[in-house]
Amino acid sequence: MFISIFGAVESGVIYAILALGVYISFRVLDFPDLTVDGSFVTGAAVAAVAITHDIPTILATLLAIFAGFIAGTLTGILNTKGKINPLLSGILMMTALYSINLRIMGRVSNIPLLSETTIFTQLKQAWTNAGIDTALSSILTSLGVERVPGTWATLMVMALVTLIIKLITDFYLKTEMGLALRATGDNERMIRSFSANTDHLKIIGLGLSNALVALSGALYGQYAGFADLNMGIGMIVIGLASVIIGESIVGTKSITRTTFAVIVGAIVYRVVVTLALRSTFLDTGDMKLITSFLVIIALIVPKMINNHKELKRKRKKRLALEQRLKGSA
Amino acid sequence: MLAVKDVSLTFNEGTPDEKRALENIQLELAAGDFVTVIGSNGAGKSTLMNVISGVLAPDIGHVTISEQNVTSLPEYKRSGYIGRVFQDPMAGTSPSMTIEENLAIAYSRNKKRTLRLGVTKKRRETFKEALATLHLGLENRLNASVGLLSGGERQALSLLMATFTDPNILLLDEHTAALDPSRAELITNLTREVVERTKLTTLMVTHNMQQALDLGNRLIMMDKGQIILDVSGQEKEALTIEKLLQAFQDIRGSKMDNDRAILG
Repeated sequence: MFISIFGAVESGVIYAILALGVYISFRVLDFPDLTVDGSFVTGAAVAAVAITHDIPTILATLLAIFAGFIAGTLTGILNTKGKINPLLSGILMMTALYSINLRIMGRVSNIPLLSETTIFTQLKQAWTNAGIDTALSSILTSLGVERVPGTWATLMVMALVTLIIKLITDFYLKTEMGLALRATGDNERMIRSFSANTDHLKIIGLGLSNALVALSGALYGQYAGFADLNMGIGMIVIGLASVIIGESIVGTKSITRTTFAVIVGAIVYRVVVTLALRSTFLDTGDMKLITSFLVIIALIVPKMINNHKELKRKRKKRLALEQRLKGSA
Repeated sequence: MLAVKDVSLTFNEGTPDEKRALENIQLELAAGDFVTVIGSNGAGKSTLMNVISGVLAPDIGHVTISEQNVTSLPEYKRSGYIGRVFQDPMAGTSPSMTIEENLAIAYSRNKKRTLRLGVTKKRRETFKEALATLHLGLENRLNASVGLLSGGERQALSLLMATFTDPNILLLDEHTAALDPSRAELITNLTREVVERTKLTTLMVTHNMQQALDLGNRLIMMDKGQIILDVSGQEKEALTIEKLLQAFQDIRGSKMDNDRAILG
């Protein structure tokens, strides 16, 4: 039980970067970008090919980020210069990326990384040498947990990386460029009247969004130990689920809070799916069903709670009024 | 300051819906001119605004701002020279962003947008001072989301944002038409104050004849895509609504279609 939740949180933190990317396109730019399903794989594929060619893991990951950025800008160009509808631009790019990814992977659909040095094997090494794992594990054992995680390196470092990316995103969205980007998604006519090139902003915004998605893919590939041509299927839905679940739990008062919400959403999503799959009547094939169900819940429940509160407030008001009328009579 | 020369524009050319929106428009504004534009529906007032701001390209003719030909400059580049307030109070601000963030966007209009923070301590003081000139208490609500403001407040903020960085030209496109009378008056007064203080070269479209008479130093009347009346100075001071309607009848030989032109 502990191990599987631990694993869910680990992968949740990696998916949180994907969710931040989806947040930029879906919420900030108001652009439902389906490129994600392709650019996630692009990230994983570029990193995997680079790593198998003995390129240092950090550099391999940076290359993946760059590839994702290019993919995103292409979607942006299709939409702004080609005047193709946002959804269709994303679908076209996603479809094209499938073949491009296959090319990147050298016409094989799966690249194993289990025997390669990845960011995570390096981290684990450093972590073990520092003796942190044994210390944390002994604490857990003394608390009565029987099976302890192999390493804490992934979780700790990924949490740190995700946090740094969150902080950079927060900062960027408050810069002069970031403000213009947000206004582009909010009121395009207005920001054009303030001398901003909305085409460029959209292209850059989609580039950044997909750069984060590719980073998430690169890290996930190294974490899981393979890059697979089909690993991106449904990623956009996972991203959207994370954004929507997080927003409904944590709220959207400010940018800082919303990006935090998105990260929480990604982790909660993973944990809930893992728990659901542990039940006896659901198996891995039901994952998409669970995902859809979760998103529906996250969309409907907050509204129902609000309605209920509103009704309660009104009833209270009415009762108070009736009381007062009785009093005066 | 602003010159519109030989501008014509036809919509849906060659189809049964063909409409000649602007016909050979000649208009020149000197620096500091405050021109009000009136005319009935479909007279071409808004089309003229859109040609000046670059939303629409004229079929022929050209637009110059401060001696520079801007006819082929895209809208976003041209808006470096032009401040605009739209009719819809929702159109000029970004609702999900705060008051200070909106002002920061206006502040960057004539500068390159960088990766530096949009709202800094120093700028916040500038924003507060500017907001205080609106007398709406918005200077105490810098972090309020603009979507929470009333229509009048949003339009006042739009006006401030449009004039914030001293554009060469200020375009007001029926910016009080969607407000209730008291709010409209507030914005009209603010407009007078701002233009007097900043000496901006201003072009204001309005449906309200009284407003067109009260504001500005020059008045033009448009009909069927043409400028049919252009009065300024003393002559404009002496104008009344009756005289305007009479002038229209004399020129056009028919009564002005004033279904939407508000007389009072």
